[in-house]
Amino acid sequence: MEWLVFAPLAAVALATAVLVIVLRNPIYCALSLVGTFFALSGLYLLLQAQFIAVVQVIIYAGAIMVLFLFVIMLLDVGHEPPAWLQRDRPKLVLGIVLISLLLLELVVAIGSRVSQGIRGPYTSELVNAIGNTQLVGRLLFTDFLIPFEITSIILLIAIVGAMVLAKR
Amino acid sequence: MTGTVPLNAYLIVSAALFAIGVIGVLIRRNALIIFMAIELMLNAVNLTFVAFSRFLDSMDGQIIVFFVMAVAAAEVVLGLAIIIALYRNKESVNVDELNLLRG
Repeated sequence: MEWLVFAPLAAVALATAVLVIVLRNPIYCALSLVGTFFALSGLYLLLQAQFIAVVQVIIYAGAIMVLFLFVIMLLDVGHEPPAWLQRDRPKLVLGIVLISLLLLELVVAIGSRVSQGIRGPYTSELVNAIGNTQLVGRLLFTDFLIPFEITSIILLIAIVGAMVLAKR
Repeated sequence: MTGTVPLNAYLIVSAALFAIGVIGVLIRRNALIIFMAIELMLNAVNLTFVAFSRFLDSMDGQIIVFFVMAVAAAEVVLGLAIIIALYRNKESVNVDELNLLRG
């Protein structure tokens, strides 16, 4: 049964990801990327990571993509000439071949073994009993408190940096 | 095709997404779209984290994804600000024309 949900979501994620890098109009690329983010959000739900799934839609598909669309429209970038006709072709082909080999190797390596590791205490029954979001919140404010506080400093620096760079 | 989806299926999807992102960085020259390809790679890694988190009964992966998202938001804000500043100077976001640092 899970495959019936997984297969379409994975197919949509990969198809929209390909569209992001082949479409010529940057607006269409951005909208395809939104599709990828929604499909990934569905995969997170399938993995019982409800909090991450919702945050994915709010932050990526919401905030980040709005920023992208805003900048695309602000800059009026318009259409590009066909992408692969412009670059230095031999190097480009070499790069794509190398990446394809890497992907092939990854798929073979992943497919031929069962990943194992130290199991944590949070079985899905326990997570469902406490609640995914409650558990994430509890961990953020106990075990991961210092990284959490550092995150707020990073965001503050990003705000100040963006103001300094964009204002002139 | 019955039963639960194994971890390997998620990892393969993630590897494919990452490869698509790398190819995007290689073939495009619009700085904005290169940026989107980088976001694709970040999301591929996030999928790996969440999948391992689920299959190893650990919450650490989900917490780290949360931090990755926060850093990605900061990175996008700064990157887009840099692109706007560059566009002001060069009237272009084509990465081949942006060679101000070349000696």
